[in-house]
Amino acid sequence: MIFDSPALEYGALAPLLVIFGAAVIAVIVEAFVSAKLRPALQLAISLGAVILSFAQVLRLRGTQSVTAAVNSVVVDGPVLFMQGTILVLAFFAFLLLADTDAFAAQASAIPGSSEERTALQTGKIQTEIYPLTLFAVGGMMLFPAANDLITLFVALEVLSLPLYLMAGLSRRRRLLSQEAALKYFLLGAYSSAFFLFGAAFLYGYAGDVSLNAIRDAVSGGSNNEAFLLIGMISLSVGLLFKVGAAPFHSWTPDVYQGAPTPVTAFMAAATKVAAFGAMLRIFYVALGGAVWSWKPMLTAVAILTMVVGSVIAIAQRDVKRMLAYSSVAHAGFLLTGVLALSQEGLEASLFYLATYGFSTLGAFALVTLVRDSSGEVTDLNRWVGLAKRSPGVALLFTTFLLSFAGIPLTAGFIGKFTIFTAAYDSGSIAVVVAGVLSSAIAAFFYIRVIVMMFFTDAQDDTVSVTIPSLYTNLTIWIAAIATVVLGVFPTPVLDAIASLAVFVR
Amino acid sequence: MNLLTSMGALPLLGALLIALLPAANSKLIKQAAFAVSLLVAGVGFAAAFGFDKSVTEFQYVERFAWIPALGINYQLGVDGISLILILLSVILVPIVILAGWNESENGRFSVKTFYVLILILETMMIGVFAATDVFLFYVFFEAMLIPVYFLIGGYGSGERQAAAVKFLLYSLFGGLLMLASIIGLFVISGNQIGRTMDIEALSTLQIDATTQNFLFLGFFIAFAIKAPLWPMHTWLPDAAKSATPGTSVLLLGVLDKVGTFGMIRYCIELFPDASRTFTPLIIVLSVISILYGAFLAIGQKDIKGLIAFTSISHFGFITLGIFAMTSQGHSGATLYMLNHGFSTAALFLVAGWMISRRGSSTIAEFGGLQRVTPIMAWSFFIAGMSSLALPGLSSFVSEFLVLVGTYTRYPVAAVIATFGIILAALYILIPVQKALHGPTTPGNENLPDLNKREIAAIAPVIAVIIFLGFYPKPALDIINPAAIDTISRAGFSDPAPVVGGNK
Repeated sequence: MIFDSPALEYGALAPLLVIFGAAVIAVIVEAFVSAKLRPALQLAISLGAVILSFAQVLRLRGTQSVTAAVNSVVVDGPVLFMQGTILVLAFFAFLLLADTDAFAAQASAIPGSSEERTALQTGKIQTEIYPLTLFAVGGMMLFPAANDLITLFVALEVLSLPLYLMAGLSRRRRLLSQEAALKYFLLGAYSSAFFLFGAAFLYGYAGDVSLNAIRDAVSGGSNNEAFLLIGMISLSVGLLFKVGAAPFHSWTPDVYQGAPTPVTAFMAAATKVAAFGAMLRIFYVALGGAVWSWKPMLTAVAILTMVVGSVIAIAQRDVKRMLAYSSVAHAGFLLTGVLALSQEGLEASLFYLATYGFSTLGAFALVTLVRDSSGEVTDLNRWVGLAKRSPGVALLFTTFLLSFAGIPLTAGFIGKFTIFTAAYDSGSIAVVVAGVLSSAIAAFFYIRVIVMMFFTDAQDDTVSVTIPSLYTNLTIWIAAIATVVLGVFPTPVLDAIASLAVFVR
Repeated sequence: MNLLTSMGALPLLGALLIALLPAANSKLIKQAAFAVSLLVAGVGFAAAFGFDKSVTEFQYVERFAWIPALGINYQLGVDGISLILILLSVILVPIVILAGWNESENGRFSVKTFYVLILILETMMIGVFAATDVFLFYVFFEAMLIPVYFLIGGYGSGERQAAAVKFLLYSLFGGLLMLASIIGLFVISGNQIGRTMDIEALSTLQIDATTQNFLFLGFFIAFAIKAPLWPMHTWLPDAAKSATPGTSVLLLGVLDKVGTFGMIRYCIELFPDASRTFTPLIIVLSVISILYGAFLAIGQKDIKGLIAFTSISHFGFITLGIFAMTSQGHSGATLYMLNHGFSTAALFLVAGWMISRRGSSTIAEFGGLQRVTPIMAWSFFIAGMSSLALPGLSSFVSEFLVLVGTYTRYPVAAVIATFGIILAALYILIPVQKALHGPTTPGNENLPDLNKREIAAIAPVIAVIIFLGFYPKPALDIINPAAIDTISRAGFSDPAPVVGGNK
């Protein structure tokens, strides 16, 4: 028996290889380099890898290939756009992570123990956050590129496992953070099981794990429909969990709240891109032929997600939890792009993901600035009167909130307009109406935060805004500028997406 | 550069300039804001004089591709109706700045912010009337809410935050419904003539009746909230009571006109068939608004609340005139928008001075002002008479046109609406009697009369009210061609007069 060694197109895989390679190097650095040098070195490695990988993405633009890694990894316009988006978001997320005082000195030390104290005092601070993030970035880049169910599952785990750990690394309120990590891990493992279960049924249906084979089987239509339905539903459950759609959203608020804020920023912005990327590919490429089997289900989920996210967000008293529910609502809006099942829906989703990613990153970066003596203050009641003390922070946060609310002249509005247009065009008018109505509900709690910051007097003055480090500052400003510029002149990005966004099959 | 773009850009540049001035020198800031707004008004008059009254097409047209990927243009142009409303806006802004010289002092934010917001708002007001691309219109329509929100919430009195939030949420809700309709139009245009948001191209679409009805409702509800029409009016009294007098003038005088303007420009032009379907319902709502506003105005103890409810009654007349679907009704409604702008401005400004002098807005606290402060009392009196449509003052002409225009098609509605005029006499004359006549209420003996600045602010408003009352032709000449054109393009014709006698 002769084994052919698999033919790999290293050039086409370069963006992924750079990131994974850097992740491995970062692990070695973590083990062997002294604690003093590590933070700077790790940051340099990570940023360097992201830039190098981004350059590879740029080099590959226009490339279309399904054979990059023996039919399991695709390189095409949407993939490259999403990889680029993830890399840009990751770049700024690393800048936020560089503010290491958000992370536990030693994740292994028991909260409140003497070990923890000595580690903090002697400066024995671990920097494992960098390799973990790099692995997560690699997984996120692979997720939308995966062309068979096995690769999809591997990518899902590669992106999820580091995130579970990262969620538990908060330096302050460690118990809350660890609880969040455990919750995320358990529910995540559960949803992974669903995903695998669905993958197994789809394999049973099509006799193959590749998305193209599933598409052929669907259009052939002679196989056992029950397998297809069960497989589709279970697979969707796994994916919907990752994007935080109702009724699989219950982890989002706890994890967003408990995780260190820079991690939340990264997770909220980049995971959505990756998970929606994979979802778009699965539903557009593999299951497009069975649209009438999944459209009613996904329509119901989309409407439920928008309504649940918007309504429950009203009751939140914690800024991170509020942003978490707002991200649930946005997952609902993004699902309308999946529902559209059209070229337009794809383009609109890509634009929405990019703009939403930036606004989210910026909003969470601002959350890291509002502090008292014991760390970040996320209780909204203590954000009251913020505009009086730091008008800049309040104005920037307002910009992001207005973008989330979809007010014209912000990127969020163009995103909403294009994605609802795509949904309307595909006949999902009910979803559009539900979308605008829940936008109206959502506007209420965004505005309430603005009122708190601008129009109410502070009760206590213990909350202050730290002067942001250069890195955080840069992130916030770039995010704010992107949010406004993409709202006023979206043309270059829309054109770029239009020229790129064709799924290769 | 095009005249409309210059007019719209000027206040924005002015706002930028003011932002750069030293915050401590509030006098300089006020003078700069006033100068900028005068300049804008000058450009506005230039546009009015250069306007060709004989054509019905949009004039001063300007068009750039803005978001070509979506077929969206930066596209401006005015017809008679929008020109009149732009004129109203640019005239009222300097008056408001001059009249409310000190109302920015006690706000939550700085004096500078107040004038920056006012000037940004002026840009938005010009833009919202001048836009001929539905998307651009929507952008101005929504973006306009932000400065108003901060003006009410930041500088008002009483429950200002709650009022500001209520205003914003009502408007946003309406705006989002409209967004759904705009998306629908956008998609339909894509299927028929290629994606566009150009209002003239959109009015050629063939839309089936059911879809048209839903799209119409999306637009109409947004405008009915803005206008405000009963039963979507509840935000207005709160906002008007809490806002500063100047903000209230702009809110009721100009911003609410966006609603009635939108009904003409968007509801009727884009959905003529649906407009026909809903006309009876809207006529009923208008008549209810007229009577409801009038009755509640009679019961008001607060002078600002009184003006707010009279406005609801007047907006009922405007909507009635629009949906009577006759050229007289339309001309009357548009002229009413202009006149209501001025008479409300006069009422609010004088009421603002009365309130700041007395330190109270309860009508009963005044009394005998005629003797103490004759100029202020006379100003209030004339404004009030204009509001109740006394012949010889401007509102009379428009109210008359609206009723005549309505009577030819809906005689019953016109007759019922006439009761609104009788009630108007009550709701104006009772407070006039209480506040201006009779014995001087103790504590009011030493109230100062209007100073020179205040007289300079109110004089032009009263002059316009009297001038247009006797000689409305200049305004009607601009309005009439556009009104007739709107009616005929929507497929309506004026009912032929019935010559009685030979049966």
